[in-house]
Amino acid sequence: MRWLLLVLALLPLATALLALVTSPKVIRAATAVSGAVCLGCALALVPSAAHGQPSVGFLRLDALSGVFLLSTAFLYAMVSAYTIGYLKDDQDDPGFPRYARRFYAGLNLFAWSMLCACMVDELALLWIAIEITTVVSALLVAIDATESAAEAAWKYVLLASVGLGIALLATIVMYYAGSTVLGSAYDLSVPQLVKAAPHMPHTPVRLAFVLAVVGFGTKVGLVPMHTWLPDAHSQAPTPISALLSGSLLAVSFYAVLRYFQVTRAVLGPDFPQDVLLAFGILSLLLSALYVLDQQDVKRLLAYSSVEHMGILATAVGFGTPIALAGALLHVLAHAAAKGNAFMGAGTLVHTYWTKEINGIRGAMDRLPVSGPAFLLAVFILSALPPFGIFRSEFQIVQGGIAGGRTAWAAMLVALVTLAFAGLALAATRMVVVPSAEPAPRSLGAAATPAREPSWWMVAPVLVGLAALLVLGIHPPADLTALLQRGAAELRGTVT
Amino acid sequence: MLTQPVPSSFAGTADALAVGVLLTEFAMLRTSLLRSQVRLYAAQSLLVSALAGVVAAGRDVPELYALAGLSLILKVWAVPAVVTRLLREADAEIAGSGALGVASEVLLSLGVAGLAFFAVDRLGINSRVLPTTALSLAVAVIGVAFVLMIVRSDVVSQAIGFFSLENGVSLASLVVASGMPLILEVAFLFDLLVAVVVFGVLMRVHHSRTSTLSTAALTRLRG
Repeated sequence: MRWLLLVLALLPLATALLALVTSPKVIRAATAVSGAVCLGCALALVPSAAHGQPSVGFLRLDALSGVFLLSTAFLYAMVSAYTIGYLKDDQDDPGFPRYARRFYAGLNLFAWSMLCACMVDELALLWIAIEITTVVSALLVAIDATESAAEAAWKYVLLASVGLGIALLATIVMYYAGSTVLGSAYDLSVPQLVKAAPHMPHTPVRLAFVLAVVGFGTKVGLVPMHTWLPDAHSQAPTPISALLSGSLLAVSFYAVLRYFQVTRAVLGPDFPQDVLLAFGILSLLLSALYVLDQQDVKRLLAYSSVEHMGILATAVGFGTPIALAGALLHVLAHAAAKGNAFMGAGTLVHTYWTKEINGIRGAMDRLPVSGPAFLLAVFILSALPPFGIFRSEFQIVQGGIAGGRTAWAAMLVALVTLAFAGLALAATRMVVVPSAEPAPRSLGAAATPAREPSWWMVAPVLVGLAALLVLGIHPPADLTALLQRGAAELRGTVT
Repeated sequence: MLTQPVPSSFAGTADALAVGVLLTEFAMLRTSLLRSQVRLYAAQSLLVSALAGVVAAGRDVPELYALAGLSLILKVWAVPAVVTRLLREADAEIAGSGALGVASEVLLSLGVAGLAFFAVDRLGINSRVLPTTALSLAVAVIGVAFVLMIVRSDVVSQAIGFFSLENGVSLASLVVASGMPLILEVAFLFDLLVAVVVFGVLMRVHHSRTSTLSTAALTRLRG
């Protein structure tokens, strides 16, 4: 199984390099194959990550990283299929081959950096991988070279880089804390740090954790460091928005969790949980309010991502096994649901040529599959039973109550409900409320026909819905074992 | 203070270099010519590289020589060269003035630097390699770099602010993590280089879209 780690670490990189030298048709197929193979590898690694720690060189997979790897690989596969349909209409443009080469090279490099971030066995390498995700994704945000995209990319690269500067300081301070036990030259691997935890000094670890939460939290989109997020997510091309929202935020949160793991082992659960709880509730509160007043469909979904990152931070703040397992399930379910919602929104924008919520009406008539699927994805994001997010949020609330944090759990439910109102209202208006213009079917042949722009843009959404249904109704046994072991790793009961 | 021994020439040199790093940060805040800002950044990077060389010699950490050399090439030569080229293309000279006047900016930065000193003092971090004062200075550099990025409203000043923040982090890493494996230090440096290239690309995109380096017009996306 160890060789699968190598495939995951090399294949997207090779595909990115291939993108620079071949024709768009070849690279389109190669990216789809690379996405599918990576998803296959991640799925095949689930049993071994759930019961052991496969490793090769500086790559190592435990249950915690396995969850994030799976969510990233899933979205990479879905997005690489979706992109085929997304770029289809631009093929006749004279500048298309150059654009496609840059787009596919960036997409594959972005996926590669995120997959590597999940697999590297060291806090310093993790920082490097996340820095690479920033520079690649900032270029992808700016790829359309419009004035708005340039603005969003600048804000993103500046804020994320500053955040990562702080995260680098966290890495260095954690290195110092470890060096008091492990000597001046050692590797910052998490198991080693956890083993040395009883003898590590408290103040530097506390400082490193707070710096990590603020630094990596900037990339997670935790309030108040979230300001780059709605801009970048709304201006990026849709496949990139889906990866940014569904995978990148989670991978950055994974970095926070690694610091959480070490800090919890050194200081006990109270301090790191309280810090995450505070950031989580603040993120939930602000994003729920922002969701209520959005005019742009992609900004709406971006704020929903801030909300879901808030849910994750709150869940880890609860700290009970069931809440932690719920948080990890939430990572998977959110990746699928947010990927679906962005891909659906992309299809709507592609059809209506506007991102304005008020400009999109009667999507059910014009997009007989994508319209209802988008609406369903938004409801799933708002915890519609029996899908995955309902199950994960149920577990998180249950874990909060079990851990004696009933008031916080109640607040979580209230804020999630508030965000639901905003999301559901906007999505229902777009999909169900008929357009002021006559329905296309009632017009003659000149009217816009009710049809999907491309089935490549529909199929990944359907796969995502199926995955969410499986996660909600009956997750496979190996996956449940993976989630439980991941939660145990976070609590320090498995090393 | 009388009870403490007189600092060794090593500690004195190291502290002087670290103070130099902070002073160049203040100088960046003061200057309004973009070209001078880039030169000051190069000077600051030179001081950090020199400090790495001093630690390598004084504490017998030979890997730091390699780090000092690389940092010299990348931060003293390559990064300023990239930014200077951009300035030549953009034909811009004056930094975008921010919400505060220079005097208020310096006063604010003094406050931030003072806060850094007191805060680090309370952490109880003791380095085996460098005096703890250098860590206080490093955190002060990071704080002032933040002020620089916040008060300036042009892409070059903001980028230089970020690069100098990274110099502050490098200084901190010399104090508390000088034993960090060389390969990681090198990876950090190359990562910075990649970041610089991306900053350069985005600065160029920004300039081509708005015909200015000012960030004052970046107000389309809000809410």
